[in-house]
Amino acid sequence: MSAAVEVDVAHRLGEFELAVAFTVQSGIAVRFGPSGSGKSMTLALIAGLLRPDSGTIAIGGRVVVDRSRGIDVSTQQRRIGMVFQDGLLLPHRTVLDNVALAVRQLSKRRERRAVARDWLERVGAAELADRRPGSLSGGQRQRVALARGLAGEPALLLLDEPLSALDLGVRRELRALIRDVIAATGVPSLLVTHDAEEAQELGDVVIEYAYGTIAGTHSVEHPPPRPPEAEVEVEAETESETEAAPTPPAHEADA
Amino acid sequence: MTEDPVTPSQEGSGSRMGARAASAIGRSRTVRFALIAAALVAGPLLGILLITKIGPAILWLESPDSGPFWLSLRVALIATALAGTAGLGAGYLLAKKRFPGRDLLEAIGSVPIILPPTVLGYYLLQLLGDGNFAGRALTRLIGRPIVFTVTGCVVAASIAAFPFCMRAARAAIEGVDPRLEQAARAMGLPAWRVALQVTVPLARRGIAAGVTLGGMRALGEYGATLMVGGNIPGSTRTMSLAVADARSTSETHTLVLILVCMALAALAVISRLGRSRRTA
Repeated sequence: MSAAVEVDVAHRLGEFELAVAFTVQSGIAVRFGPSGSGKSMTLALIAGLLRPDSGTIAIGGRVVVDRSRGIDVSTQQRRIGMVFQDGLLLPHRTVLDNVALAVRQLSKRRERRAVARDWLERVGAAELADRRPGSLSGGQRQRVALARGLAGEPALLLLDEPLSALDLGVRRELRALIRDVIAATGVPSLLVTHDAEEAQELGDVVIEYAYGTIAGTHSVEHPPPRPPEAEVEVEAETESETEAAPTPPAHEADA
Repeated sequence: MTEDPVTPSQEGSGSRMGARAASAIGRSRTVRFALIAAALVAGPLLGILLITKIGPAILWLESPDSGPFWLSLRVALIATALAGTAGLGAGYLLAKKRFPGRDLLEAIGSVPIILPPTVLGYYLLQLLGDGNFAGRALTRLIGRPIVFTVTGCVVAASIAAFPFCMRAARAAIEGVDPRLEQAARAMGLPAWRVALQVTVPLARRGIAAGVTLGGMRALGEYGATLMVGGNIPGSTRTMSLAVADARSTSETHTLVLILVCMALAALAVISRLGRSRRTA
């Protein structure tokens, strides 16, 4: 089976130079590093929002960029899903429309909307279908953004700091959701974060970024029964409890 | 006006009641724009009502005196549709594309604002008239003469309205967050759907304000219409021309009042479009 994504690119933007090469087979690969280290730029290059100065990118075995051969497949044709930090839902369409528009594999409106409803159900946002994005909380917005990213059956899901704009409590909830939904669908994913805990909990592989380059790569063991990771779990639970107690409305609003 | 059981006391009070009714009905855009459109028509009709009462107003609308009114309405509507469409296209190109002749398009598209209308009319007359190859070719193409006909009035009004539509569309489209367009592309929407379903809808307020402005410019077009249309009574004499011709008859008063009412209605529409800019 071909790799989910193979990247070997160089790109210069003003003073900043990015040169990275990596291959992701499957699961969630986390790009972790400080801001300004080129993580998000890497996603933009893979998505086709930026064109690299040189190099190649292949998604699911299909070459989408090869500068030396003049190949540059448009963003639309790359079969990616994308979740942005602030959601970037289309403000003039309903939540359901936002998801249904991304269902590119179907052409009939009814079928697209049915698939979109399924996805909203899976991310726990079914009752938001008729709302406008402007009226959603941050957590709700990112749930919808996740549904939208996955609804098009992408060959690769790109998540650019999907939880960074959220409160801690909501962030934990959505972290679990992202992990579960991606595991259930099996979509290879690249997630960018500057949060070490998030990288550790979500990533099967963590690729650490320094300024413009990859500083190191390590895989993370996630034993299927979670309890063995007692330290992490206990810590997380106690914190989320103390967190949850003073701010119950955030959770309710989010559900 | 639309049938609406929620607001029985609607007739007679124009766009403010309409807006309240719209929010009561439930934020439907279609309803709101229908009401704005209705207000545009209701404005001048209300004006007629005020001066002549209902019976005489209907008589007036059916009499030859109202010829300029109907002509202006027809000319302005067609011209607004033409200039709005072309202006949206040109504005989109200017905002989004880099191509040779881009500066030229912007300059030529803005000329009708800068040039005195009579001078514009003079050139149009030279270009479209019989004494010129282009004019003869165009006349043959359309199959009927352009100058000194209603077609000429429409051409003059369209050209006068075009710059407003183009410039407003450009500014509004440039104001759309490019990251939303990127998100739409990442969703797999092809370029034309991003343009039609994301960019233009998000810029709609600015576009609509520009088209309203252009429409009023078309309605008030005088200089070029005089030159190209010829101000022929009963044929190409628009409201603006008729007002200038008959300075103090009751017919003039009627036309002046209609124009003022339409202008106020347009002003209300434009200020409304500018004010309630939410998270668009």
